[in-house]
Amino acid sequence: MEIITLLLFIFVLAAFLGFELIAKVPSQLHTPLMSGSNAISGITVVGAILTIRTGSDGFSSWLGFAAIVLATINVVGGYMVTDRMLGMFNKKK
Amino acid sequence: MENLVNLTYIAASILFIYGIKMLGNASTAKRGNMISAAGMLIAVVITLIQQDLDYSFILGGLALGSAIGFIAAKRVQMTGMPELVALFNGFGGLASLLVGWAEYHRVVNNAFAFAADVDHFTAAVTVLAILIGGITFTGSIYAWGKLSGKFGGTALTFKNQKALNAVLAGGIILAGIIFALAPNTATAYPLILVVILLSLLLGILAVMPIGGGDMPVVISLLNSCSGLAACAAGFVIANNVLIVAGCLVGASGLILTVIMCKAMNRTLSHVLFSGFGATTQCSGGTSTGEMKPISVDDAYYILEAAKNVIIIPGYGMAVAQAQHAVKELGELLEENGCEVRFAIHPVAGRMPGHMNVLLAEADVPYEQLVEMDDVNPTIEMVDVAIVIGANDVVNPAAADDPSSPIYGMPIINAHKAKTTFCLKRGKGAGFSGLENALFTAPNSRMLYGDAKATVTGLVSQLKG
Repeated sequence: MEIITLLLFIFVLAAFLGFELIAKVPSQLHTPLMSGSNAISGITVVGAILTIRTGSDGFSSWLGFAAIVLATINVVGGYMVTDRMLGMFNKKK
Repeated sequence: MENLVNLTYIAASILFIYGIKMLGNASTAKRGNMISAAGMLIAVVITLIQQDLDYSFILGGLALGSAIGFIAAKRVQMTGMPELVALFNGFGGLASLLVGWAEYHRVVNNAFAFAADVDHFTAAVTVLAILIGGITFTGSIYAWGKLSGKFGGTALTFKNQKALNAVLAGGIILAGIIFALAPNTATAYPLILVVILLSLLLGILAVMPIGGGDMPVVISLLNSCSGLAACAAGFVIANNVLIVAGCLVGASGLILTVIMCKAMNRTLSHVLFSGFGATTQCSGGTSTGEMKPISVDDAYYILEAAKNVIIIPGYGMAVAQAQHAVKELGELLEENGCEVRFAIHPVAGRMPGHMNVLLAEADVPYEQLVEMDDVNPTIEMVDVAIVIGANDVVNPAAADDPSSPIYGMPIINAHKAKTTFCLKRGKGAGFSGLENALFTAPNSRMLYGDAKATVTGLVSQLKG
């Protein structure tokens, strides 16, 4: 129970922080901000890695494998696309 | 070892926070994205050094996913960006669903459990990860299909749709509660499969009735959901970096969604539940006049004499890939002694800021981009407003027709300019399926055809 309380504590603080971070963002940056934060949501790749243990049965390993592939696409693709977009904003400055 | 891993997760979280903060400012955004990517890298690397992992699956999956993500990000055209972000987002959601499922499967098969059995809390958050992840996945895929034109852009509604959605949601909650109360019994596993199936179905049905100009809001909301799904998956495996990063994305995505709704003067619940554009429009806005076509030659003569021009881009410019031609048109008009501005509506295109990205790609000077609120007060002074593939964001019905579904949405008042050119592929209604009185207004002239071809035609006239 103690761990759950601690995790919920982290959750609540992170939620407030997330709200505060995005208070004033110019609308031209909405698209890169969205795709950049979308890449962060690929953090679930860490969870996917941890589900694949030696001695896991085949089925859950394959589920985890699929999760890793999908989350990695999200992460790698998300960061690269964001970088490409932002490169276009920056090149003229 | 455990401490080192957790300390590294804290460092990664700090990098994510700084990354998001810097993404909100034009001068630091690129660096912010790098910092957040660095956070991701160290979080993944430190996870890999833990014991008992089956590396053949893990490294294979990482390599395959990286390759696919790399190729997709390299190949995509700037105009196809909204679809791709939606697709990536869906993958993230499905990954969180699979993490919840795989972890439950692993534990009930008692292979290498964190705990001897599944407790009620873990069971409950597993349901949440699967539910939110499932909705995010199919919702995003459906949105991707709509944006790329594969499923048609309009909203689809049918009788008792809301009731069906409510029944589905109720079914998921019921199955989830029964599952969470007794997660270790023989009946629990089929229940989790039911939750998976119904969640996937609900994602499609929830996005189905939303269309038109509301798609940017949906994408943003689904982005928020994929963060929350990762967060729930973090609770399943008691991992703090998943919770922090997922929650940050969830909260910031939600704020972004609300900001966008405000720009459209609508509430989030109205966007989600009103069935936009599906209401059959019965008001008389259609019969007030005829659309008056104009040739490129005649349009050129008017433009040549114009002293003040605004260009209002919309999704049609993205589809036609006309941004480079549009930029050239703007340059030539300026050389001709004309003041040229680009008026960007906050929800023009299929993603917030979509037009800014495209015009930046074409090197349009930042000073020429103006926002809706800066253009409208002086619009009567404008000689020519060129509407390029925009529709709802210049539809006067939003201002003066209370029966219109977009009534109350702020628009760029293109109909108040002295002359308005509307570049349009054909006579049909736009993405949202609404009639637009602007096209039949007395001072409007239609330039039919592919936007890029039309603009290129104007450009060569101005050159010649």
